[in-house]
Amino acid sequence: MAERISEHRLTQLKALEAESIHIMREVVAEFRNPVMLYSIGKDSSVMLHLARKAFYPAPLPFPLLHVDTGYKFPEMYEFRDWYAREIGAELIVRRNEEAIARGMNPKEYGVARCCGALKTQGLLDALEEGGYDAAFGGARRDEERSRAKERVFSIRDEFGQWDPKNQRPELWNIYNGRIHEGESVRVFPLSNWTEMDIWLYIREENIPIVPLYYAKKRLMVERGPLLIPVYPGMEDQLHEGEEPVEVMCRFRTLGCIPCTGAVRSEAATIDEIVAEAAAARRSERETRIIDHGSNSMEDKKKEGYF
Amino acid sequence: MTEYDFKLSQEIELLRLVAVGSVDDGKSTLIGRLLVDTKGAFEDQLLAVRKKRGQAHIASPEEIDLAMLTDGLAAEREQGITIDVAYRYFATPKRKFIMADCPGHEQYTRNMVTGASTANAAIILIDARNGVMPQTRRHTHILGLLGIPHLIVAVNKMDLVGYEQSVFEAIRAEMREYCAKQGIRDLICIPISALNGDMVAVRGEHMDWYTGKTLLETLETLSVMDDIDRKPFRFPVQLVNRPQTRELPDYRGFMGTIASGTVRVGDEVMVASSGLKTHIKEIVTFDGNLEEAFAPQSVSLTLTDEIDVSRGDMLVHPDTPPQDTRDLSANVCWIGAEPLTRRKKYLIKHTTNTVKAMVAEIEFRRNIHTLEQEAADALEMNEIGRITFRLQKPMYYDAYADNRVTGSFIIIDTFTNNTVGAGMIV
Ligand SMILES: Nc1nc2c(ncn2[C@@H]2O[C@H](COP(=O)(O)OP(=O)(O)O)[C@@H](O)[C@H]2O)c(=O)[nH]1
Repeated sequence: MAERISEHRLTQLKALEAESIHIMREVVAEFRNPVMLYSIGKDSSVMLHLARKAFYPAPLPFPLLHVDTGYKFPEMYEFRDWYAREIGAELIVRRNEEAIARGMNPKEYGVARCCGALKTQGLLDALEEGGYDAAFGGARRDEERSRAKERVFSIRDEFGQWDPKNQRPELWNIYNGRIHEGESVRVFPLSNWTEMDIWLYIREENIPIVPLYYAKKRLMVERGPLLIPVYPGMEDQLHEGEEPVEVMCRFRTLGCIPCTGAVRSEAATIDEIVAEAAAARRSERETRIIDHGSNSMEDKKKEGYF
Repeated sequence: MTEYDFKLSQEIELLRLVAVGSVDDGKSTLIGRLLVDTKGAFEDQLLAVRKKRGQAHIASPEEIDLAMLTDGLAAEREQGITIDVAYRYFATPKRKFIMADCPGHEQYTRNMVTGASTANAAIILIDARNGVMPQTRRHTHILGLLGIPHLIVAVNKMDLVGYEQSVFEAIRAEMREYCAKQGIRDLICIPISALNGDMVAVRGEHMDWYTGKTLLETLETLSVMDDIDRKPFRFPVQLVNRPQTRELPDYRGFMGTIASGTVRVGDEVMVASSGLKTHIKEIVTFDGNLEEAFAPQSVSLTLTDEIDVSRGDMLVHPDTPPQDTRDLSANVCWIGAEPLTRRKKYLIKHTTNTVKAMVAEIEFRRNIHTLEQEAADALEMNEIGRITFRLQKPMYYDAYADNRVTGSFIIIDTFTNNTVGAGMIV
């Protein structure tokens, strides 16, 4: 009998995996028209992998939605199109064309306004257009202080907004998926994963990720504590006096080119990345330019952002 | 670059925790201390909550306003209180911990129930200067009701009582007696100073009279699984998977999370509601078929016969069937703003099954201070009572004391769609 117990232990990654699969299946069972938000980053990669596991051997029972800003890294677009084809997923790409046509950019309009138009508004428009009543997102509670209180099922009103004071208690693993006409729910199956878990799982499961996560010599400018990438055609997003230099670095999170910082790193393999993450003294969000105001994430979430 | 031990990481288990206490007992400080001492808090997050602006590095945890680290929402920082359950993550080389941080305010009992529902262990904070407070009793009672397998009493602020053993012993004796009255046996008491760190991650120099484990050692060694794999097999069906693609024209898989027990290929299984029997043909996963699966794995099962099974049904072993009833009696913790009243209709979601229910009777309300049963015609928010529901169709269940998955349910208001109650079947 003693043997049987040790045989029936789940490692913490397998326990997290089982929980995430359970959540995804509940959503597909209880909602009419779910969609998975796919941001091409490592968390999205893990979420998508879990979704494939959840519905195996059937194909994914929902499409992937990428809300594009036009400012993503070329490597991200390439990876997105390749991976969606590879696994046979239906990929929907939406952009806030109106804002893009008006030349929305972070340098002139500020990071908050640019994000508000291209990401938040782009997302709300795409969700409304698709008539989705549930949208999976890859956010984790360990990312930021206000995320720590996010529910797995996060109810949004008909304007897509989040009211932190009015969230449903979540008990056991029983999720209440009942909503009124016009309301929708954002679902976070990776709620209980940490950055470390994500990397360990990517390693254990051999999940493909965008090569930008691996260290390589890249053309960058230094802006305060951040390394900002320089891409052909985006020189106008550089600030006065910034000089591009080659730096051995990698990205801990992926976003828009002008707003995503890299870190100096030699970690060129997944094992080295895990080791680096284990030793890291700074949280990954620090390399995102948008998060630095005091309540910025909470404010963005109230307006409908993830 | 530091080496990372991958082999070790593959043995890490998950322990879900909840921390409760009255306001100012030092819960935020303790959580901050655990995060700092296990490096669960990143340096930039620490810098954001340092007491003196302008420092580039944190030399010692005393420089950090630890409580600020864990209080998330703007409204909370303004009022200096915690108004909602927050989840915190930290890990040691042995375990990963998910900690639900529950506020101590009287009016927020619902958050505590929420945070505690998934926990394997609870930390109850007591301020050594104040001893056992009415709130402490109330919280302990709820934790007992929720069947948390391990209760840990952390007697905090020992530095403010001169690290005096007799203070600790008195609180321990009182808690032991209180818990014994309620049938809670597994109680661990630890004297700590969350602020200075004594007996949290390190033993410190002031309490040599205490010979037990530190708090962190205790958390690292508690049992996690609690024999859930040896209980009767319960498989609530979430979804029926019928891809009907060219490659899989006839595949019919029943998807679900094993609530308890173990299942093997070839096992005879029964649909709890219809009594129809068949055998397990395959246990399907993305990583290949399994011979055996156990709780809490998420899998797909295929069956040897085409019998009627759909979402909400439960597959079980025929020799260990669940109970069934249309008159459901349960301990209910009410978390809705509108009171629960007799004859009111609700929806009950139990595993993957949602049924209509009417409040047939309020058997009693539990006075949380005296633990006496009282007559009542309603349950208000944050009250606990024994309720009988009349169900529209039979429910297949186990007592909560035997099975936390098949013995629990939530109550949904049909008008607002809000979750208004937590039920534990007796
Ligand atoms: N001396 C001392 N003070 C403590 C200790 N733990 C917490 N405190 C203080 O007690 C106060 C309340 O602590 P806090 O963590 O905010 O309590 P919470 O309301 O339970 O989260 C703060 O001023 C802390 O610095 C301790 O072990 N010793």
